[in-house]
Amino acid sequence: MPSEKQTNSLSKFISSLKQFIEWIDPILVPLLAILTSMIVGGIIIKSVGGDPILAYKGLLEGSFGSVELGPVKSQRAISETAVWATPYIFAGLAVALAFKGGLFNIGAEGQLALGAVFSSLIGYALPGWLGVDLPTIIHLPLAILGGLLMGGIWAGIVGALKAYTGGHEVINTIMMNYIALNSTSFLLNGVMKDPSPTNVIARTPLIAESARFAPIFDGLRVHWGFVLALFTAVFIWWLLNKTTVGFEIRTMGANPDAAHYAGVNVKRTIILTMFLSGALAGMAGAIEVTGLNYRHELGFSQGYGFDAIAIALLGKSHPIGVVLASILFAAMRNGATRMQFLTQMPVDLISMIQAFILLFVAADAIVRFIFRIQSKGERVVLTRGWGG
Amino acid sequence: MDWKRFGFIAIIIVVLFGGVVAIGQVQQRPLLIVTSMLATTIAVATPLTLGALSGVFCERAGVVNIGIEGMMLASAFFGWLAAVYMFHVFEYPTGVSITAGALFAVITGMLMALLHAVLSITFKVDQIIGGTVINILAVGLTGFLNRQMFFGKGSVFEGSIPNSPGVLRAIHIPITEILSPLCGANSPLCVENIAAINRVFDQKPIALSAILLVFISHYVLFNTRWGLRTRAVGEHPKAADTVGINVIKMRYANVLIGGALAGLAGAYFTIESVPSFEPLLTNGRGFISLAAMIFGNWTPIGAWAAALVFGASSALQINMQIFRAVIPPQLAFLQQSYIVGLVPYILTMIILTGIIGKTTPPAAGGVPYDK
Repeated sequence: MPSEKQTNSLSKFISSLKQFIEWIDPILVPLLAILTSMIVGGIIIKSVGGDPILAYKGLLEGSFGSVELGPVKSQRAISETAVWATPYIFAGLAVALAFKGGLFNIGAEGQLALGAVFSSLIGYALPGWLGVDLPTIIHLPLAILGGLLMGGIWAGIVGALKAYTGGHEVINTIMMNYIALNSTSFLLNGVMKDPSPTNVIARTPLIAESARFAPIFDGLRVHWGFVLALFTAVFIWWLLNKTTVGFEIRTMGANPDAAHYAGVNVKRTIILTMFLSGALAGMAGAIEVTGLNYRHELGFSQGYGFDAIAIALLGKSHPIGVVLASILFAAMRNGATRMQFLTQMPVDLISMIQAFILLFVAADAIVRFIFRIQSKGERVVLTRGWGG
Repeated sequence: MDWKRFGFIAIIIVVLFGGVVAIGQVQQRPLLIVTSMLATTIAVATPLTLGALSGVFCERAGVVNIGIEGMMLASAFFGWLAAVYMFHVFEYPTGVSITAGALFAVITGMLMALLHAVLSITFKVDQIIGGTVINILAVGLTGFLNRQMFFGKGSVFEGSIPNSPGVLRAIHIPITEILSPLCGANSPLCVENIAAINRVFDQKPIALSAILLVFISHYVLFNTRWGLRTRAVGEHPKAADTVGINVIKMRYANVLIGGALAGLAGAYFTIESVPSFEPLLTNGRGFISLAAMIFGNWTPIGAWAAALVFGASSALQINMQIFRAVIPPQLAFLQQSYIVGLVPYILTMIILTGIIGKTTPPAAGGVPYDK
């Protein structure tokens, strides 16, 4: 017979364990999804004759460094992971914000490309048009704003079509992707092509020094855009949870009819949500131009838009989750080179592991089934059929 | 299908064809241009037609399928891989290899569709997310295996992409042989015209079977018990269940049929069109098929008509180059592929606005069935 004190501490322990499980529940499925995908990835590596342990060691070393690599290479590895994470955070937030409003923005790719095009246009051409050299404090924000507005308008068109004609945003954002990529090719091969005589690539001229982000540390590529990305994530969290606009977006996402009867202007909110989503994607492009490449080159953004969907789902559309998921995806992309160096596994393996992560996160029922975790019973509706 | 929509399709096709004839006639006779356009249109519309039919079957049964693109890409890759393996490793003759490749593409499409069915029907995952998973998985899978199979450690091809055994050959329908005696002895122009018209019908097997499948699908969906049940399951699954139709089974079966059709569409790319594979070669045609399906109001014949419109706009692009169209230099930029290439995308968006007749999707599309 245990004493009263023992029972008390036992029940305390059980209740704190319960609290812990309650607390970890929202991130439990994503974590297990990552674990399952890594195991599946390991099986694939093994089946094509590779060494999974060595491959994952390479992935980890390549993304976060290690004692073995030495401080210089490790610093560079971490810096490069942050560089990769920057556009992922913006694009992931773009998709996540739309999800919160019950909208699916598959068009981050196109919005990002157009954002980059316009940001570089302002970056290289604005001083010439005005005839004066602009200080960084004016020029850089303008360059970012250009990308932001362009991305926002591009997605806003889709929002307006959805609000006023019911054209489904999934198909329309995909179509706008192709239109954006074709227009980008047209511009970069034509009027915006770098005129220097040695250039044969479809790319813009370099942007002015005054439109560039400074690197945070000398000698490393990580730039202040990464910090801006983190601040943006906090801002989006604040916007969604502490403002009327955020409340309207979330209400519309939960139930558009209820939102309508509660007095939310659903049409306006659809357009606004798509605009904000596109603006974030446009910013991803603008920051890549102003912080990293200093120009836009054709084909640099292949796949960011689709990775962003996986990131938003993995982060459960929560801004902090998106940041963590972005860092994970960035680490995998960045570490893949070292993995390939150590094990000769093609970099494309990463795309496959990421596809599996998306699969297991989307189908959380599979993960819950494998690990026997009970569901809380509510199904979150992310998107609606063609009719809605 | 209503007349407004058919009228719209007719106008678009006439405008596209007329444009090429107008600017190409300096080089060539209009009849030759039109027949060349028609032949290209039918060929280019093939994957779109099959993809749209795939969508029709899935969605009529109540399962939204935006994974057609991924199914096509995976099928194109595995069909091609199978043909290459059969030809180079097992040393089968060309004909056997490419037929097996086509078969393999269809099976791949069905396997991808099975994944979609398991996700969206059994696990009740959001169907649009499920489709996105298929699309991303296909890109990763084909990219990885393409690299691994040919350049990986221990690859039988030792770091080079081998030649494919080739592509399916066109089937000749002997119109010229039958009709040319009617021309009389001394009219070479007449024979030439008949031969030009004949070329429109000399299509490759998958293109011909796509047209056949349009009419078979129409018959199956609207004239058979199976079709009635499929539509019932997509419109009102509860009612269908009440009268004893197995909703889950019907949905699985139709998604698998859809997968087979998307697989055949994939085979078009690497078995019928070009004998090679490159990453991302489907280039959005799965999504355009989806648009064709919506424009065709979820009917096979309507979807085919829409696919032909998109095919015609691609044919315009191809034929402008063939006939070296003479156009004023101020408009020369229109000729660039990225501008002409915009036509299907913009058309799709116009169609989706509902200006040209409202579309009515199956009522239960996108909703998992809970008993």
